[in-house]
Amino acid sequence: MSARRLLVFGGIALIASGMLFGDIFAVFVLHQNAGKQGDALILASAAVAAGDPAPVGQAFSELGGLLEDRGTKVDAHVHAIGAGYLALLLALVQPCVVLGPATKKRLAALFLIGGTFLPIGIFTIHYVGLAYSPFSSIGWASVVADTAGALLIVVLTVEAWGFRKYLRTRELTEAALPDDDDSPRRALLSGGAILILLGFLHGAWYAGTYLYQHERMETDILRNMISDASANDVPGAVGRVTEFGNLAGARAVNIAAHSHIIEFGLLAMLLAFVQPFVFLSEKWKRRWTQILLAGSVILPVFVLLELRLGLLAGGIADLGGLMVIVALLGMLVGVLRYTGTLDATRGTA
Amino acid sequence: MNGSSRLLIFGGMSLAAFGMLYGLHYAALVEHQTLDHLGGSLTQAFQHAANDQPELASRALETYRQTKYDYVRQVDAHSHWIGLAMIMIVLGAVFERVHFAERTRQLIAFALLAGSAIFPLSVILQTYHHDATGLKALAVGSSGLVIAALAATAWGFARANRERLTTND
Repeated sequence: MSARRLLVFGGIALIASGMLFGDIFAVFVLHQNAGKQGDALILASAAVAAGDPAPVGQAFSELGGLLEDRGTKVDAHVHAIGAGYLALLLALVQPCVVLGPATKKRLAALFLIGGTFLPIGIFTIHYVGLAYSPFSSIGWASVVADTAGALLIVVLTVEAWGFRKYLRTRELTEAALPDDDDSPRRALLSGGAILILLGFLHGAWYAGTYLYQHERMETDILRNMISDASANDVPGAVGRVTEFGNLAGARAVNIAAHSHIIEFGLLAMLLAFVQPFVFLSEKWKRRWTQILLAGSVILPVFVLLELRLGLLAGGIADLGGLMVIVALLGMLVGVLRYTGTLDATRGTA
Repeated sequence: MNGSSRLLIFGGMSLAAFGMLYGLHYAALVEHQTLDHLGGSLTQAFQHAANDQPELASRALETYRQTKYDYVRQVDAHSHWIGLAMIMIVLGAVFERVHFAERTRQLIAFALLAGSAIFPLSVILQTYHHDATGLKALAVGSSGLVIAALAATAWGFARANRERLTTND
């Protein structure tokens, strides 16, 4: 299997598994985790009202654990998809990387090993903790994740060096990707560019309108929470905890909508390149493209609507994510069929 | 491959490597301590309040606010550098389909590279000078540059489609 084929397969597999993990996390962990965070804050506020500092430490230790649990799962999801995108990008530029085929293949394998162990390391940070670690604040899972990240950097640096050599020689080391111009490819390319642009505009609007306001509100709510609890007004403090949760929710949905619409735009553009390899009929290629683009719009839009429509919107957003995953797997089947033919034709399989 | 594509691909790969290197440095040397500091200051705020020490509680809450301000920006800068770099590499591979003159394409590519490098940098610099108006303006300006360059790219793609339709007619 050539380096390019390895990177295409591995990249799509990393993206699909990262998205599937994200969907499972959103359905089974996200909301439950937020509820437990609220409980921990109520416990801390009750301890302040009772004038007893001991349970505060316990409540925040619990809150820290919950945040780590949530944060590492989000990071595992993001890094798996990010590594997948980079693998596909590297696959695209392989003809312009002036290195030997064996070196390229070894680099591709190292990249995929790094891309696989990075999210696994991040995911296990919460469960491994500092067990048997010689460091004061870094556990073995972090060491695995950091080593995998370093591996990705080394591979990327060597690939950039190979690309730099191409800039001098201007000779492709292997055949460029086919430059077909079918309608699914055009739809993915222009649809992807529009999605990215919408994501940028939404991010700019959020940063300009709410980012600093939300930052100020967070400290104000915490100050009021402490003040209410100190005045022995526990119901008031519980109300502040609800406000805090609502604010965290508002920030989370805006950031999630911003990042997901851009990620899906990037994914659509990357898949536009892979279309010549998707060995399916034109009709099915169009269907997968439509499903992918529809899911790419549904997920971020309904994530934003979660604040107004609640869990119904959350469910529709998860369905949007599932549509993207299904379309991705449909295309992967086509890619698997086509790349086999290509390699057989060229005698590299 | 023309000059604008090379600028986007090589610039994107360099920016991605830099963003990753920054993230690695941050994760290995800074993040764990920052998270401990973040949780510790909030815990202290509540503990001081439970001990009826409102002044100390307020000070701890202020430390929490400042640490959170820095943490959010450090993580955002890392992810935006890599994310923007990936978009640049992808666009670099199809930039010949942006139907403008090569000189205009080079200008767009340079705007994308400059905006993608400066925007996260201005966000990081805000951690050294909290709420500095100049740095906020730099962040707005550089992100605006990226948006304008991407809008021009999308327009270039659309022009290509229109020309193709005209040819087909």
